[in-house]
Order: sequence, then structure tokens, then C-alpha cells
Amino acid sequence: MQAHPKLKISHLQKSFANGRSPVKVLDDINLEVGDNEFVSLVGASGCGKSTLLSIIAGLQDHEQGEMLVDGSPINGPGRDRGVVFQSYTLLPWLTALQNVEFALRETGHEAKDITEVARRHLDLVKLSRFADSFPSQLSGGMKQRVAIARALSYRPKMLLMDEPFGALDALTRGQMQELLMQIWQEHRLTVIFVTHDVEEAVYLSDRIFVMGLNPGRIKECIEVSSARPRPTGIQHDRETLELQARVLKSIREETRRVEFD
Amino acid sequence: MTLQTDTAVPKQTMQRPRRKPLLSMAAEISGAAYLLIAICAFLLFIAGWFLATGLGVAKPIFLPSPLGVIAKLGKLAADGTLASDVGNSVYRIMVGFLIASIMALATAILIGAYRFWEAAIEPFLDFVRYMPVVAFVPLTILWSGTGDIQKFLIIWIGTYFQQALMFKDNIKRVPADFIGFGRTLGMSDLRVLMRIVLPSAMPQIWDTLRISLGWAWTWVTLAELVAANSGLGYRITVAQRYLQTDMAIGYILVLGVLGLATDQIMRLLGRHFFKYERKS
Repeated sequence: MQAHPKLKISHLQKSFANGRSPVKVLDDINLEVGDNEFVSLVGASGCGKSTLLSIIAGLQDHEQGEMLVDGSPINGPGRDRGVVFQSYTLLPWLTALQNVEFALRETGHEAKDITEVARRHLDLVKLSRFADSFPSQLSGGMKQRVAIARALSYRPKMLLMDEPFGALDALTRGQMQELLMQIWQEHRLTVIFVTHDVEEAVYLSDRIFVMGLNPGRIKECIEVSSARPRPTGIQHDRETLELQARVLKSIREETRRVEFD
Repeated sequence: MTLQTDTAVPKQTMQRPRRKPLLSMAAEISGAAYLLIAICAFLLFIAGWFLATGLGVAKPIFLPSPLGVIAKLGKLAADGTLASDVGNSVYRIMVGFLIASIMALATAILIGAYRFWEAAIEPFLDFVRYMPVVAFVPLTILWSGTGDIQKFLIIWIGTYFQQALMFKDNIKRVPADFIGFGRTLGMSDLRVLMRIVLPSAMPQIWDTLRISLGWAWTWVTLAELVAANSGLGYRITVAQRYLQTDMAIGYILVLGVLGLATDQIMRLLGRHFFKYERKS
């Protein structure tokens, strides 16, 4: 890893209040993400992967630990970290184009470029034809594509994605993964991707952080060495399947350990 | 990327689906049939009214015939009484309702966004909400006489407390991720509120306005019935005093029509403002 990771988290800890005794949800999280790296956070539900992403986004606070982006500490949300949420967050009264323009305007882009930049990003997610459609007229996959375009448009240093394809059907999900891969390939981005879909994580990531349960922590980091660009169908290669099995086993060990506690 | 799904539609789905019997639960009926049934219900009601008066079941002093009521309304419309009464009542509703709505929205934002103000204000609003508006009528007369101010006050008491809580609920229903999205753009709380939260809640806020405007008609009539020298409610008490049952019934019908009309106007405006919610 380089001298200056894009993101460095050290000794992060987070608890939720629960009656008199707080429950520790994240314990001693340490991780580094390199520039232009694609990493995934996977784990059984309740491991705190979405909470961790939300803390990195600055939308939730934490008790202890430090987070550095490009070497400088972060506090609260900011334009350097774009977020794609699992739920659809397109503003319903704005068209697809206007949704991207909204983000550009609020992040202080020059008024005269806004429409052009927004159009270019809709083009990137192949939705130019739907620029003037309202979210209610778009399918779930299209909405998430606009959300990705919107998050990319103002050039954050990092893209944080919280199970962005979790609500989509399997076919659309596969298409979205390919599209994301292609954008990442062409534009070089740092992505932190939360998912519970092991196949998805192995297909997309450079590295996969498997999270443990009770309390949530980084259990292990698994490297995905397959070369890029990764062809469609690589999901069914023997090497990939073995890696998927390894990640799945690592997650299962945790759920089993907790069940017999 | 868009999927083509229109390639192999099975033949059978193209056929007209067999219609369920009219009275089975959740059976669909056409728009025209709906209208026809609704009109029939109205006609049935009027026919019953004609029958009751025509057969002499009820004395005209208790229940005048529909034609008598219409004739009376015609006379009142001709001499300007009806227009001036409607004008007075509408004016009172507009002012009272507008003040209540603006105050309620401001309150709702405050208690919806800050837990401190929620604790300070909401339990109190809940408490007042359960006090019957009618019980305030004597007090408001004591405080502000029998003029327009007292009418505004009754409309305000009747709508503000309910609206504030309903608006708050409308605002609270804005998805948390919408707010999170705004924050990640570096927007201030105030900007998130004005540019994301309020516009998101607007269709629901509009519905609340529409519902509470209906109540305002009840409250203005109530206030005018008790103490006033103009307005629709006032005219009904005059009718009672002089045993002009036709006028009382006519005015009640006018109130019904006005309520229905305002509701439909609000509905159409809402459909126009929030077109984006529709699928096509």
C-alpha cells in the first residue's frame, strides 16, 4: 500500500445506547483504502457494515478512533465523499437531469456548466434518453443509475455505496454491476462498497473486508487477484468460485460462532 | 440496458378479462358506471324528499318541498343576500385558515426538526387538541366580541392544533436518506430543510391542508350560529327565529355545495402541483 492511503481508519469504535448498558456495534476498526481501489465490506446482517459506511460518510458519529482522508482528519459529511444509498434518494419533484443539476448546484459548481456536466454524467450511466423523466417514471435500476451519476458528477474523492443494488432483481443487478465496473475502469475511482452478496463482492472488488459479529469488527481481508478488466461470466470460473466459497465460509464461521455463544 | 419484455406476450392475456359481478368485494367498475351510481343516489334522495312533502307526511313548516327551497334560494340570490352571506363566510375562512396554516407549518417545522421544541410544545398541543372547540365559543366572545376577529379565533382554535401535529407528521415522513443525501453535499441544516425536506413533504402537506379546510367550514358556521350579524350560519339562526325552514335547509345545502367545491378545487390544484408523482 502507498504511503498516503486515500482513507485510513484507526481504532474506530461505535456503540448504540440500549437502555442502561450501551451495545458495542463496532470495535477497533482499522483499515486502509488505497487511491483508486475498489473495496467491499461484507458480513452477516448485524455486523455493522452499513453503520461503518455511514460513519465514513459522516452521517453517524462514533466515540473513538480517527479517520483520515488524504491524510487530513474528517468530521461530519462532506463533498469529498459521495454516497449512493440503498433506498432511492432521487428527489421526486425533479427530473433525472435536474437531480444531477441539484447536486452540482449545491456543491458550488459554476452555473453555466451545470447542465452540460449533468448531461455528460447521465450519458455515462446511459440514461440520456430519460433526462426529462421524473423518478416515478423510472425503474429501480434506472433510479440507481441516476443516483450514481449524481454522486459522481461533483467529483468526490471517494464513492461510498451502501448495498446500492440490494433492491434490484437479479438480472438488473448484474447489468448494474457491469456498468459500475466499466465506469470504475474508465474513470479510476476509490470505492467502498457494502454488500451482503458474496458473488457481487468478488466480482467487483480489489479487496474484501469480511466483518465479524458481536461486536462488529474487521475479521479478515481477502485479496481478489483476478486481472482487470474482468470479463462477464468470470463469476463462474473455478478460481472465482473458490474465492466466493472462501469469503462465504469466513462469514459463516462468524454466524456459527455467535449462535453457539 | 433497458430490457425488452414485450416480445412474447401470451395470447390469453390479450382477451378481455371476465367481469366480476357488480357487488362482489373490490370489483372494478368503469368511471361512467361510478358516476351513474352516484347520480342515482342523489336522485333517490331528492325523490324521497318530494315524496315526503308531496304526500303530506311532513308539514311544510318542518320540511318544505325541494321546489320551495329552491324558490327561496332564488329569491335570496336575486336580492343579493346569498352573495353577501357567502362572501362574509368565505372571507372569514380565508383569513382564519391562512393564519392557522402558516402558524401551524412554522410550529411543525420547529417541533419536527428540534427535539427540544418538540418536548416543549408538542405535549401541550396534544392537550389543547382534546379540548372541544365549541367550549371555546363563549370565551372567545368574551375576549373579542362578536365581530370577525372572534370568527378567526374559532377557526384558528379548530384548525391550528390539529394542523401543527399533522404537518409535523408529514415532515417526519421524509426519508432519513434524503436528509443524509443533502448533508453529503455539504448543505446546511436550513438549506436541507428548505430545499429538500419541505418540497418532499409538500404533497402530504397539501393533503393536510385539504382535509383541514373542510373542518374550517364547520367552525365558521358554528361561530356564526352562536353570535354574528352576517354570514351563512347567521342566516340559518335568523331562519329558525322566523320559522323560515326553507331558508335554513337551503343554506345547509349551500354549505354542502361550497364544502364540496373547495375540496374539489384543492384536489385539482394538488394534482396540478404534484404531477411528478404520476407514473406516466
